Amino acid sequence: MSKEAKKFLITGNEAIAEAAIQAGCRFYAGYPITPQNEVPTYMSRRMPEVGGVFIQAESELAAINMVFGASAAGTRAMTSSSSPGISLKQEGISYLAGCQLPAVIVNIMRGGPGLGNIAPAQSDYFQATKGGGHGDYRCIVLAPSTVQEAVDLTALAFDLADKYRNPVIVLGDGMLGQMMEPVEKFKMPALPAGRQNLKCKTDKKLWELSGAKNRKPRIIRSLFLGEGVLENWNKALQNKYRKIESEEKRYEGFHLDDSKIILVAYGTMARVAKEAMREARSHGIKVGLIRPISLWPFPAEPFLKLSGKIKRFLVVEMSAGQMIEDVRLAVEGRAKVDFYGRTGGSIPSKEEILRQITLINK
Amino acid sequence: MKKNKQKFFSRPESMYDRLTHYCPGCGHGIIHRLICEAVDELKIREKVIAIAPVGCAVLAYDYWDFDCIEAAHGRALAVATGIKRVRPENIVFTYQGDGDLAAIGTAETIHTANRGENLTVIFVNNAVYGMTGGQMAPTTLLGQKTATTPRGRDNKNEGFPLKISEMLAILDGVKYVERVSVSSPQEIIKAKKAVKQAFQNQVDGLGFSLVEVLSSCPTYWGMKPKQAMDWIKEVMAKRFPLGRLK
Ligand SMILES: Cc1ncc(C[n+]2csc(CCOP(=O)(O)OP(=O)(O)O)c2C)c(N)n1
Ligand code: SF4
Repeated sequence: MSKEAKKFLITGNEAIAEAAIQAGCRFYAGYPITPQNEVPTYMSRRMPEVGGVFIQAESELAAINMVFGASAAGTRAMTSSSSPGISLKQEGISYLAGCQLPAVIVNIMRGGPGLGNIAPAQSDYFQATKGGGHGDYRCIVLAPSTVQEAVDLTALAFDLADKYRNPVIVLGDGMLGQMMEPVEKFKMPALPAGRQNLKCKTDKKLWELSGAKNRKPRIIRSLFLGEGVLENWNKALQNKYRKIESEEKRYEGFHLDDSKIILVAYGTMARVAKEAMREARSHGIKVGLIRPISLWPFPAEPFLKLSGKIKRFLVVEMSAGQMIEDVRLAVEGRAKVDFYGRTGGSIPSKEEILRQITLINK
Repeated sequence: MKKNKQKFFSRPESMYDRLTHYCPGCGHGIIHRLICEAVDELKIREKVIAIAPVGCAVLAYDYWDFDCIEAAHGRALAVATGIKRVRPENIVFTYQGDGDLAAIGTAETIHTANRGENLTVIFVNNAVYGMTGGQMAPTTLLGQKTATTPRGRDNKNEGFPLKISEMLAILDGVKYVERVSVSSPQEIIKAKKAVKQAFQNQVDGLGFSLVEVLSSCPTYWGMKPKQAMDWIKEVMAKRFPLGRLK
């Protein structure tokens, strides 16, 4: 490690924006909504500096479709929003998935349903991981729990989007987006301004629209009318999803070897769960933690492996219970799975989680 | 005489030699050809990126020999904005029906125009929703019977025909708006000129250019092809006056 790798303070939202720029994102379109406003604000200043495009769209619908166009034209493109705005983007996300176009969508979740409130929440888990829009499709979903991880996963999101030609969602919450934390100095040098930077830095995209010069015309579409054609297209999508499932599962485990009770939490909630785990351990209760990092594909293996051995999984969420369904599926009925959660912007506290642990431990 | 044999009319190079899926007497095929003629004459085929709408013309890429992308219903101009901003050197155009451009996509239409995006829009007004079975469009005329206005469009219930081209013409971001029709060879020649102008404007970097084409849908107007063309001239063009709006 070099000595210069100094850290600096930055909010989660701004860190995500800068990480996107560093990852080669040269197109951003968005529409203001709290608690993610720092992303478009930051992008409006930063994009022109690197020769990129910033557009404040007339709606989230327009924003996601601008990203759809920018992606088809071959550049790394991103949009961000918070829950109600992400609902509006679902049609566009379905088209991105159907046309196999890469894009990064950041959801800094707030309380719902409806207008809800602007406090942190995790109630868009179903929407993000199970489809959200129409049709049989999947988005890769990455859930950072620190600002540093938000940086790392944003960069990873662009790589995975390009690798699989698939939309990738970075799923954070209002707490992560708004808080300041130290982040390692970005390693990549600032890119010089200029048109050339609009192109993605990765491999040549053999499907991008650039004009049919010295080649056959390219068509980007999701409409397939011939008999069996759509089914074959969907089979190809499903094969891709199986490949993603086998290669892109990510999680972090704590004390998985000797625990009786395993907490399960992601994002901001995992930070509190970790505190509760430490405190429980200091009282001699053997508690561990699984923190899924990829929510889709869901990292099922550790659950299945531990199922026979432990007393209980305790899923903790800032929702009425959404990820718990994936935990139950992963466990395949071989272990008891409990739930504790709060909604509407309330975050389960360390004490509340400890109380649940004590109840189970009796 | 034989020596002077001259070719006056042929299929444009950038149009595939293929039967279209359009109904007999439909205006879409004519408008497709006008676009290809303009593209050939301006020698821009290798730069063109087209955005197909959701509507009867969704399969336009089956007939055009250039890069194409499908947009979700109404979102063509947002998609076009994304493409053009990334590739300003390309020639980007949308092809949209009245439902696509003036109902579900109204917000995208107005705001793309208002941003003054350097794009070309070919807006096909056939006063109905063709693809879904001839329902009322925002441009359906008062009294016109459609699948969802069985007693004729009544402004008390359905409002008035939307003159979106007139609305767009007042926006500062808009460079060029013209309404043309395909009701006769003379009108088609004028339509061709307007379509070419709208592309030329983009080549010259002048900004948002839109051509509204009054077009026929004999199938859902319940008319024979000739009757439909006459109806454009005698009825539709009275409510949607032809000519340059900006
Ligand atoms: C979100 C959405 N809503 C509705 C439809 C169904 N739909 C397809 S085309 C169309 C209207 C087509 O009319 P128009 O744009 O006037 O084009 P035309 O078919 O007349 O050329 C509708 C409502 C759709 N595909 N997507
Ligand atoms: S339904 Fe109308 S618009 Fe559609 S192809 Fe037939 S004639 Fe043309």
